[in-house]
Amino acid sequence: MPGGGAAVLVDRLSFFYALNGNRVEALKEVSFSIEGGGIYALIGPSGCGKSTLLYILAGLLPPRGGRVLINGERPLPGRRATSLILQEYGLLPWKTVWDNVVLGLVIRRLPAGEIRRKGEKVLKEMGLWELRRRYPAELSGGQRQRVAIARSLATEPDLLLMDEPFSSLDALTREALQDVLQNILQSGGLTVLLVTHNIEEAAFLGRRVIVLTPHPGSVYQIFENPRACSPGYRKSAEFFRLCTELRNALEFAQIRAQDANAGCG
Amino acid sequence: MQQAKKPGTIKNLIYYKLTPVLTLFAVWYLLATGLNNPALPPPGKALLTFFEQIPADLGRHFLISSWRVLASIFISLFAGVPLGLWLGTEERFDRFFAPLIYLTYPIPKIVFLPVVMILLGLGDPSKIFLITLVVFFQILVTTRDAARSVSQAMILSVVSLGAKKLDIYRHVIWPAVLPDVFTALRIGSGTAIAVLFFAESFASSDGLGYYLMDAWSRYAYLEMFAGIIAMSLLGYLLYVCLDGLDRKACPWKGL
Repeated sequence: MPGGGAAVLVDRLSFFYALNGNRVEALKEVSFSIEGGGIYALIGPSGCGKSTLLYILAGLLPPRGGRVLINGERPLPGRRATSLILQEYGLLPWKTVWDNVVLGLVIRRLPAGEIRRKGEKVLKEMGLWELRRRYPAELSGGQRQRVAIARSLATEPDLLLMDEPFSSLDALTREALQDVLQNILQSGGLTVLLVTHNIEEAAFLGRRVIVLTPHPGSVYQIFENPRACSPGYRKSAEFFRLCTELRNALEFAQIRAQDANAGCG
Repeated sequence: MQQAKKPGTIKNLIYYKLTPVLTLFAVWYLLATGLNNPALPPPGKALLTFFEQIPADLGRHFLISSWRVLASIFISLFAGVPLGLWLGTEERFDRFFAPLIYLTYPIPKIVFLPVVMILLGLGDPSKIFLITLVVFFQILVTTRDAARSVSQAMILSVVSLGAKKLDIYRHVIWPAVLPDVFTALRIGSGTAIAVLFFAESFASSDGLGYYLMDAWSRYAYLEMFAGIIAMSLLGYLLYVCLDGLDRKACPWKGL
């Protein structure tokens, strides 16, 4: 396991929803693996089942076919070492920054002293200590996202699942938070699986970028990206080349899905 | 960002609390002067009678009515909120109970007063039961609808932290419905006083409803208006208490 963190195996994973009595396929035979440690990006257009995949990995939905293993075990809801950050951050508006951040620790019935110590540590590391008494409504989008990350890190996970975490932020805030994420990774022991529809984000952060087709989601192509997160990479020719390749892959994936659907029809 | 709110300042007290009351009295005064009829006495005289009657008998009736309304609100709250939370989160039970609620909710419960009086007597229990019957449904339906609309993403994010059912109720559903429970309580307390008047005006010998009807039958208009002032004061005090509790319990609201 390079750098620690959870190893993830997704093997011929399928999932469908029942909608008005019809079967809607969300994921079809999705397979990929993550060795552990670092950021991995899943990219695809809307409707490619990215969020569904994260829910399955978080143990919130059971696979309908195939299997998912995290460190060799099936994911269960509330797996202690998995943390999930949802698109709209999932912060509770009635809890202060402090209460949101220590929520996972409170739910896990940790002793009060330990909750205080861990909460304080993570808030200070994320630069949120001064904001601890504020409510989410009193924070900017970037600050809210930092709180969501802090809440996830407080439980000391080995797998962090992020669903479009920076989608509603402006470009500069997004890049600043991407740097925050990168710094967190440097302490080791954490695998991040990031779902995004933003090509630049996937190309900068993902040491492996998995491109999904839409309706149903299946793996179209996997890109290795060894220079991900390295200094100056965001402005390098290599980065822009990968962005172009990802864009092409996404377009082809879309066309292939349309052809397949037309064939079905 | 948070707005500067200073609900306790003297300026705000005068502007938001005193001005509306003075306006009401001014309109009342103009109407009474224009009408010049003993059935609508001027506010000054009515207020004077109110203060005279408080130690005489009105105070006792006020306390009896307050007790009946408060008891009903508490019973409705402790029965309606848990049931509403349960139905709002357990769809299959809600599917069973919803038709039952919709069938019974629109019935004007005051028509049951004779039956209730036969079963529970003429004292407090029958009156409290009748008010509870009305307020309970308002709290139940509001709480259930609020619990139904709690964001699934919020629940999932807490489940992913390892939350069990009770944690979800405690950290997500209960605080999410709390502002709606306060709204239901505010609506419910107005209804409670209206039902209280009805319940106390039949086969009763105490309470503000009795006091009002008694004054009415004696053509004692000043006492009648003293009773009306007492009743609106009861409602006002309930609203002030509820607003205070709401601000204390839901500090995130309106941010």
